[in-house]
Amino acid sequence: MKGYLLLEDGHLFTGQSIGSQKEVICEIVFNTSMTGYVELLTDPSYAGQGVVMTYPLIGNYGVCFEDQESRRPWVSAFLMRELSRIPSNFRSQGSLADYLKEADIPGLQGIDTRALTKLLREKGTMNGMITTDENFNREEALKRIADYKHQGLVQRTSCKAVEHYGDDLQKNVALLDLGGKSSIVQCLVKRGCKVTVYPCDTPADVILATKPDGIMLSNGPGDPKDCGPIIDEVGKLVRSGIPLFAICLGHQLVALAAGGSTHKLPYGHRGSNHPVRDTSTGRTYISAQNHGYVVDSDKLPDGVHVAFENVNDGTVEGLEFDTLPVYTVQFHPEASAGPHDTQFLFDRFIAQMGGGKNA
Amino acid sequence: MPKNPDIHRVVVLGSGPIIIGQAAEFDYAGTQACRALQEEGIEVILINSNPATIMTDKDIADKVYIEPLNAETVRKVIEKEKPDSILPTLGGQNALNLAMELKESGFLDEHHVRMLGTSAEAIKNAEDRQAFKDTLDRIGEPYATSKVVNTVEDAIEFTESIGYPVVIRPAYTLGGTGGGIAHNLEELKAITHNGLRLSRVTEVLVERYIGGWKEIEYEVMRDSKGNAVTICNMENIDPVGVHTGDSIVVAPCQTLGDKEHQMLRTAALNIISELKIEGGCNVQFALHPTSFEYVVIEVNPRVSRSSALASKATGYPIAKVASKVALGFGLDEIKNAITGKTYASFEPTLDYCVVKFPKWPFDKFVTAKRTLGTQMKATGEVMSISPSFEGALMKSIRSLEQNCTSLMLPMLSGLSDEDIKKRLHNIDDRRLFVIAEAIRRGVDLQEINDITKIDMWFLDRIKALVEMEDLLRKHGTDPEVLSKAKYMGFIDVDIAKLAGVTPAQIKRIRMENGIVAAYKMVDTCAAEFAAATPYYYSCYESENEVDTKSDKKKILVLGSGPIRIGQGIEFDYCSVHCVWALKKCGYETIIVNNNPETVSTDFDVADKLYFEPLTPEDVANIVELEKPYGAVVQFGGQTAIKLSQALRDMNVPVLGTSAEDVDAAEDRKKFDAILEQCDIPRPAGATVFTTEEAIAAANQLGYPVLVRPSYVLGGQGMQIAFSDQEIAQFMAIINMTVQEHPILVDKYLMGKELEVDAVCDGVDVLIPGIMEHLERAGVHSGDSISVYPPQSIAQKHQDTIVDYTRRLAKALHVKGMINIQFIIYDDEVYIIEVNPRSSRTVPYISKITGVPIVALATNAIFGKSIPEQGYEYGLIPAKKHVAVKLPVFSFEKLYGAEISLGPEMKSTGEVLGLAEGFSEALHKAFIGGGYNLPKNHKIIATVKDADKPELVDIARRFIALGYEIYSTSGTCQFLNEHGVKATPVNKIEQGTPNILDMILEGQADLVINTPTHVSKQNRDGFLIRRNAVETGTPCITSLDTATALLTSLEHASEGDRSVIDIAQI
Repeated sequence: MKGYLLLEDGHLFTGQSIGSQKEVICEIVFNTSMTGYVELLTDPSYAGQGVVMTYPLIGNYGVCFEDQESRRPWVSAFLMRELSRIPSNFRSQGSLADYLKEADIPGLQGIDTRALTKLLREKGTMNGMITTDENFNREEALKRIADYKHQGLVQRTSCKAVEHYGDDLQKNVALLDLGGKSSIVQCLVKRGCKVTVYPCDTPADVILATKPDGIMLSNGPGDPKDCGPIIDEVGKLVRSGIPLFAICLGHQLVALAAGGSTHKLPYGHRGSNHPVRDTSTGRTYISAQNHGYVVDSDKLPDGVHVAFENVNDGTVEGLEFDTLPVYTVQFHPEASAGPHDTQFLFDRFIAQMGGGKNA
Repeated sequence: MPKNPDIHRVVVLGSGPIIIGQAAEFDYAGTQACRALQEEGIEVILINSNPATIMTDKDIADKVYIEPLNAETVRKVIEKEKPDSILPTLGGQNALNLAMELKESGFLDEHHVRMLGTSAEAIKNAEDRQAFKDTLDRIGEPYATSKVVNTVEDAIEFTESIGYPVVIRPAYTLGGTGGGIAHNLEELKAITHNGLRLSRVTEVLVERYIGGWKEIEYEVMRDSKGNAVTICNMENIDPVGVHTGDSIVVAPCQTLGDKEHQMLRTAALNIISELKIEGGCNVQFALHPTSFEYVVIEVNPRVSRSSALASKATGYPIAKVASKVALGFGLDEIKNAITGKTYASFEPTLDYCVVKFPKWPFDKFVTAKRTLGTQMKATGEVMSISPSFEGALMKSIRSLEQNCTSLMLPMLSGLSDEDIKKRLHNIDDRRLFVIAEAIRRGVDLQEINDITKIDMWFLDRIKALVEMEDLLRKHGTDPEVLSKAKYMGFIDVDIAKLAGVTPAQIKRIRMENGIVAAYKMVDTCAAEFAAATPYYYSCYESENEVDTKSDKKKILVLGSGPIRIGQGIEFDYCSVHCVWALKKCGYETIIVNNNPETVSTDFDVADKLYFEPLTPEDVANIVELEKPYGAVVQFGGQTAIKLSQALRDMNVPVLGTSAEDVDAAEDRKKFDAILEQCDIPRPAGATVFTTEEAIAAANQLGYPVLVRPSYVLGGQGMQIAFSDQEIAQFMAIINMTVQEHPILVDKYLMGKELEVDAVCDGVDVLIPGIMEHLERAGVHSGDSISVYPPQSIAQKHQDTIVDYTRRLAKALHVKGMINIQFIIYDDEVYIIEVNPRSSRTVPYISKITGVPIVALATNAIFGKSIPEQGYEYGLIPAKKHVAVKLPVFSFEKLYGAEISLGPEMKSTGEVLGLAEGFSEALHKAFIGGGYNLPKNHKIIATVKDADKPELVDIARRFIALGYEIYSTSGTCQFLNEHGVKATPVNKIEQGTPNILDMILEGQADLVINTPTHVSKQNRDGFLIRRNAVETGTPCITSLDTATALLTSLEHASEGDRSVIDIAQI
């Protein structure tokens, strides 16, 4: 069956429908990773977005449920050049086509993804509609597409109740779930942490009352400025004096809470090949990234300096507080999908927590 | 300013002659390195014995030494030039070994020469087997464990410690005879027992067997600060067991999930970090197909064939970045030349699929074993780019120029189902086609996977292509089907054949439905950043990215495709120089080529690079888009020339010598008419189609005769026949491929061969020099030792040659290059061949005469006369230096190939010897070609009867130099009768110790064996020659070569053998 993508600016791409045949309107973004589609589909940061894969051959190694970064896929739609006819990998538990269908996610294959990517690069991220209805009303659809705005994404993707992971070994880490990936939890558990995951609207006082050794803020979807009251609570966590490590949306909320600001990038950073420079050592690392917003480098709050910068465009990739044990990164040291080059940052966080349990 | 301010003068080492396993990729890497260093204000001193390379041009390096690539040369150059540094990681294994030798001997330190890039210690840790294992152990990276054992018991004990299966390799047996794979105790006992018995030293290696695992490669880069990135990963479609150079390779990996990919990527980075590599590096892994288990197969601490491929596949210029890293720059300080915005410290991401396909020489060596294994056999390769795997695979198949443009190999269609199934077990050059045929016959994919271990994903893609063949048979004219078929890489000709219509009809339907090729850019970043690099590939997608606007005249330059015997790197040299000359004149240059190893496919050579197959349809698509003013075909070898007719059909003028005149030189009738008109003699001959006609013609001319197909390069299929029987045999081989043109039968004259390359501007010719061949006619010119200027040719003959060249160039209306081969027989000059195009001697003669032949020819094509370019007509007076070009072969890699020289070219590369005197130049050439005499002062000489009288003097001269001659009965007796002392040695059937034992034990410094036409004796000769090459003993099959070697040895101690900078001659 034919499927269509109508973009906000009126561009129409015709391909073949895959997955669910339902119609969706979402923000269309592209990702340049050549592997890791399962991780990407289930990364809550993509909630509300239709993802275009720039690599043309998708689905080759099927779906392995263990690779999921959360309970379910969150993308609104999935677009690619060519969906593999068969999955071929010893870990595969099913085909990507079936996975999308079961998760009720619509998608397209057979479109010129490079042309679409160039469009998004040149015009910036746009909204779009994916549909199988060949008789859609163009004018009416364009209006609906333009009006689309995603809301409450963090609340939607965050856990609903407190969750516990890991044995009580070395450190107690409180993780504020802003729509985070399970790899963050795993990276901590692997390093001997007991992780308590809190829903995004948990008041700071509740978390601080448990006297955690460290506080972790996860990644998450959407515009950080939409996070309103959460920002205030994050401010309290930052000022608590407890070692705090934040990733992606968490990093942006820390910046906002400390008095900084954020803005939207024209087309974001989404892929597994982004170089970041550690400003203290000059070393560069390849990182996985997935963000549409970025912390303003020229409006940094006092007492905060840039710990990492993007080698390509110079944008802020991490912050360090001068007097507080707070360290944040825009990129994804937990990888999955993507390179493991910066996983040492978790070790750094553990070291920052120092001493033994509840010390 | 370089990052390290102490670096000013750098010696760069090249890789020497082209051999199997070491081809044009190092010219690409070396040329890029020289330019990258010069960009930073560094003075570059280059050493490379290979005169056919672009890197040995005097405008690429400041000083160029085309000298034997050995320690002596490098020492002399260092003493003379006093460099502060040496860069050895861009010239392949040869260069690396050489630098290590000089480092370990203390020479580099004594002369305060630092090794740039990866340190000597790091190289040792990567190259030394034990040091490498220790390094891997240190960081917990696994490798295939192995142990040398001398008893069955030890083999069992070791195997039980590592688990089955294991592979057993006996030490010192030829071609690995006696080895095998053991899956259980019983097999282990049997194979080890047999292996120990066969091994000369009762020793076998027991190794964990990883055959059938996935073979995965990572190209990585690290700088001195410790920044490390992976440029590209590649998956071999052929699992472990086939050399990666002989594997069909796809980039990026297709069947690995992110977890597997990141595991291997991290391992690769850990390895180069632990080794402290500074520059490019290649890491090969074997990955178990059904688990996360992997082993490190190999690490190459230098740029390699794979890095050239990775550079072209991603757009990331590895050699260039490696050179900058060697100067001390950090990856985050080096700009990504493609985007101009990003830096070298990032990882390219692809939005297309790349396929590399090897080019094998089995069409040249019909007796060679086609089986593929751990010894690489391919001479070259092609690469192709497409959004789909099928598209890339189909493009690469047709880039190979093997009369096959799809997965339908005609020779397989007649075989029975049983035969096809049986053939699935053969790991050879036709495996892919056999798999396709098996799928066509309904063999289950799982069964094919069980046999071949090729991943199901690839098999399913092949199946998709086979299904499309079927669909085209039924609905080939349906636009929707056509659109899919084009996306999958079918060309119109094949579609038409399947659909039962004409190619023109298919094209019309395509045009009516807008199914036309679009071109996309290779930009390293999957369109994330705007790029301006004009590096394109075709696809059938909605958007075309090429901007065709230009205020300059566009010229299409067709490249020469994959490196193969007869059409090597020389033609890339010519294509690149043509592009450079055109650019200088203000034309917009568009190059089309498909060889990832070459300089011509570097994205900054031409104004636009189309990485595409060189077939009429692929070229037509580019022509329709770009609408070039004209095309130049005379520099791209036979590949480009063959497209002349197609270009004419597209209304693209072929610039320079017209296609009609090119044809006149190839077409026997027309050519004879021209020779008659010019009053130039040629050996008598005839054109024939059938074996009967050939035999009749031969008898009329009188044996021996030369038999060959027309319109071929490198004398393919050419043979000297001495009997009707041989004619029948050769005709059968020639007719294995359908011949469109007649076959030529000529009287064979055993005379002196000479060759000229000349430039003609339409008025008159410029001849840079005449070259004399040391082997008498009958040995292909490409396999002959060639000397400039001629040493034994009377002035009157030289004058005649100049005169004939003039007459012919004018009669053929040559504009540009012409190459002519002459023979002097009975004091008369004959013409034997004319090629109105550039030849393989052009780079060498350009360099030693200092005449920029390709630039002159290119300008002549575009109307600039030779005098206008500052040169005079006629033969340029000979330089005082003598240059000897010596062919280099790769026979040891081609099991079963016949090594004796004849009219069909067999060499893969060449070296140059340059000196003030002939014998000294000859000596340098032989040294450069790997003839390291003497060792034991023993020579084996067995020659055919006709050669025996001539051998007497040769043997006498060798004895005078202190050698002992060993011969089998006939030759021995003849020599003794003529007063020359020779020691008898048993023939093969006379029992041990015999002549083969002597060779196998490495006693002989040299084997002289001329092939006979008596089949029994020739079988023995064949064995003698094969055993010689496989044990690394130089083997000479022409007495002329032996005489030349003698001359060089006799004068070995004379002359100062100083090194010569070609810019100074």
